[in-house]
Amino acid sequence: MGPGDAVARLVREERARVLATLIRVTGSVDLAEDAAQDAVVRALETWPRDGVPDNPRAWLLVTAKRRAIDLIRREARRAGKETEAMTFLDPAPEPAEVVRDDLLRLVFTCCHPCLAVEAQVALALRTLGGLSTAEAARGLMVPEATMAKRLTRAKQKIAQAGIPYRVPAAEELPGRLAGVAATVYLIFNEGYAAGTGADLVRVTLTAEAIRLARLLAELMPDEATVLGLLALLLLHDSRRVARVDNVGRPVLLADQDRTRWDAEAIKEGVELVGAALRRSAERPDAYVVQAAVAACHALAPSYASTSWDAVISWYDVLLTIADTPVVRLNRAAAVAERDGPAAALALVDAISDLAAYPWWHGTRAELLHRLGRAEESRAAYDRALALGMNEPQLEHLRRRAAELPG
Amino acid sequence: MPTYMALTYTPDIDWTQPPPEHAGTMKEYAEFAEGAAAVIKGGRALYPTATATTIRVPAGKGGDVITSDGPYAETKEALTGFYLLECADLDEAVAVAAKIPAAWDGAVEIRPVITF
Repeated sequence: MGPGDAVARLVREERARVLATLIRVTGSVDLAEDAAQDAVVRALETWPRDGVPDNPRAWLLVTAKRRAIDLIRREARRAGKETEAMTFLDPAPEPAEVVRDDLLRLVFTCCHPCLAVEAQVALALRTLGGLSTAEAARGLMVPEATMAKRLTRAKQKIAQAGIPYRVPAAEELPGRLAGVAATVYLIFNEGYAAGTGADLVRVTLTAEAIRLARLLAELMPDEATVLGLLALLLLHDSRRVARVDNVGRPVLLADQDRTRWDAEAIKEGVELVGAALRRSAERPDAYVVQAAVAACHALAPSYASTSWDAVISWYDVLLTIADTPVVRLNRAAAVAERDGPAAALALVDAISDLAAYPWWHGTRAELLHRLGRAEESRAAYDRALALGMNEPQLEHLRRRAAELPG
Repeated sequence: MPTYMALTYTPDIDWTQPPPEHAGTMKEYAEFAEGAAAVIKGGRALYPTATATTIRVPAGKGGDVITSDGPYAETKEALTGFYLLECADLDEAVAVAAKIPAAWDGAVEIRPVITF
């Protein structure tokens, strides 16, 4: 990595902070983005040549503020208006707490519940994460023009509908935080579901989601949801390279080479689960509990030695928070390992409204397969295949179906 | 301070003769109007969609006027009234709109009003 790369990374890290403060002082996301972008370009031009300034954030912010003033003056001249007093040209660097609060405001504005989820994702990637519009479009597999339009509309709604630039009050925080976490988790899943080998571009989404979760954990180190989210993402991501074989086919958790799991990510994830559990003892949190399930897997030396009792107990806790058919299905899969396929099949069959969910049929097919009920199993595989999932997953089901006798 | 238009979409009721099951609704609206008096800058209830006329001039400005009996869009829930709310921001407007009885009797759409 050359000095240019180090500068690029530093600039990217600071960009969201500078942007966050500029949005507050100028009151306009668009203006702030233009000005921040200008400062970023200048930094990328001059820092590799002249060296990184002592306070890179302050340098970027002052440069961006000057640019913002130029833009406002130009706009004022064009409209024939008097230039407003430029009260925000204070060259003194913002105190750290102010920058932290600005970034929090940006988080909650980008993930405001009055914005469509896809708009939240677009804003989180572009504004908070600093992916380019083209990168965000590639990651989400939409045309760049579509992504650009989503961003424009989202910013218009923020400005015109008056979405406030504010951290929610304490009583609103749990609900709003759940919304922020859901957006970051969605970004992660977009990348994670794509696998690795097949589509490397989308891996940037998992990395971006982890970066966003880290940012949230840095901003709100006492919020269990945030710690649980980061833990969950790290623990899932720790298995990334072991999830597919060398030709891109998925490898089930049971068959993964655990020596290829990322031990460092697991260590950090498990520690975070502990910290998050201590902060949510009174009120269990869905992200923390899912991370606890992931930790049970991450800590098991082999699939056979997984503590299924613990996994099932965590699923029981999760059901008390969110009793959904999918959680019941996942719990049933763990019961299959502890109590055998017959007990699990009874649970799976008792879940009523998953007939349109391919994994429900896939799980039934697998359990029937293990019970030696080949005909019923084949029918269930067919149903799962007909409903569709991504190609490597279909490939796995086809392979299992082909192993049925007869 | 921004102004928001709150459009109430509810079952198509004749507010001048509310059916018995909606007897309490009028009282709820009165309570809302009292509680939110500080931000309500206007508002009216509308006669049912049976009274609506939709007007078009398809040939362009000055052309023949085509009227049709009924609302612009036939929907299960109809536009039955509106308020103008002056609120600090969208969060406050959402909080006020959530107290309009239409929010549990149907839906409330809030739209920022343009100041030219």
